[in-house]
Amino acid sequence: MVCESWKAKLDTYLDGEVPEGEMRTFDAHVRGCPSCSADALTRVQMKRAIQVAGKRYTPSAEFRKRMQQKIAAKPRRSFRLGWTFAAAAAVILVVGTLTSVYLGTRSGRDQVFSEIADLHVAALASSSPVDVISTDRHTVKPWFQGKIPFAFNLPELQNSEFSLLGGRMTYLDQTPGAHLIYDARKHHISVFIFQERSLPARLDRDPLSPKQLTFNMETWTQGGLRYFVVGDASAVDIENLAKLFKAAS
Amino acid sequence: MPHFERLYNFACWLTHDRQEAEDLVQETYAKALKGFSSFQLGTNFRAWIYKILRNAFLTSRTGLEATVTVPLDPEDEEEALPAVKETPETILLLRSDEQLVRQALEGLPVAFREILLLCEVEEMSYQEISSALDIPMGTVMSRLSRARKALRGGLQQQFAERVN
Repeated sequence: MVCESWKAKLDTYLDGEVPEGEMRTFDAHVRGCPSCSADALTRVQMKRAIQVAGKRYTPSAEFRKRMQQKIAAKPRRSFRLGWTFAAAAAVILVVGTLTSVYLGTRSGRDQVFSEIADLHVAALASSSPVDVISTDRHTVKPWFQGKIPFAFNLPELQNSEFSLLGGRMTYLDQTPGAHLIYDARKHHISVFIFQERSLPARLDRDPLSPKQLTFNMETWTQGGLRYFVVGDASAVDIENLAKLFKAAS
Repeated sequence: MPHFERLYNFACWLTHDRQEAEDLVQETYAKALKGFSSFQLGTNFRAWIYKILRNAFLTSRTGLEATVTVPLDPEDEEEALPAVKETPETILLLRSDEQLVRQALEGLPVAFREILLLCEVEEMSYQEISSALDIPMGTVMSRLSRARKALRGGLQQQFAERVN
């Protein structure tokens, strides 16, 4: 049959894995072919059904708490003390290596910094780091309308070394916020914005020493909003992006 | 704890046992620590940590038992699987009965179940799946195709059983 060659690749097409040039040809064919479009619809429904059915299990609060307690109570215990502590220490050090935050006796403030660094790394490790992809601040800012309980301004970046890549929703301690990702000389920088009153710890006292983070970070509060700028770019770049935000707010 | 909830979900699907899944997730983080030097910054962290979890599962008792009957990936057996056509009834069933899909997923061999979960639930790219499962890209595509056919077959079978 004429469509057999198309149908053989239909799943690959729906997975978004055919080459870009071929994708356009595929789009055109599927739109014009009733048989293939019906087949595609069925397969999409199957994909959705698997997606829904597959998100089945969530860790119990008890398990999560147990892990967190082990981390908090025994961050430096030796692996020889047992598998349980080894697992707890593993969690600390995996996260710790990513963020290079010292977790031994960290305060609520340090936990916030650690979470911010985690959010930055997790977003960049994701296959889709941003939910709204645009270099235009007038596209990205309105995207957050109705998604977060506050408004913010984005700086004009013309003649600067920064470019906006996009944004996504994020959560810190169950508080919704905005996560924006910028590019500066091939380094990715995250800007997080939350309502200050929703955050668990006061962050201005005794700011985190740069030695405790492999990332550079700036944080400040302005207009009731808490800003974090974090990334592996130079401290100067982080500071310059922070200045642009301060000027825009 | 990056990917904590998703790793736990994946572990439950592999083990079919919440206690084992908890142990597996803890073991995954322990092994991630030991092998963290092998992780190259800039490469895909998610694929790397899923690979650790899966390898830990494969060496567990449940994993060894589950994989005893798993077929290899003979590319030339692709055509040997029966063609499966969805009917309006099966489509309707998919929409209305999440439980049926779960049962069909649970009934799949672990190699099919895991690749479908990585593709559809975790929404990994073929490249990520290739890294996580440590198999070539060609095998990802053929195994995925076989897994989908097997799932459709399972659903049809369940549907037939309900009707009769």
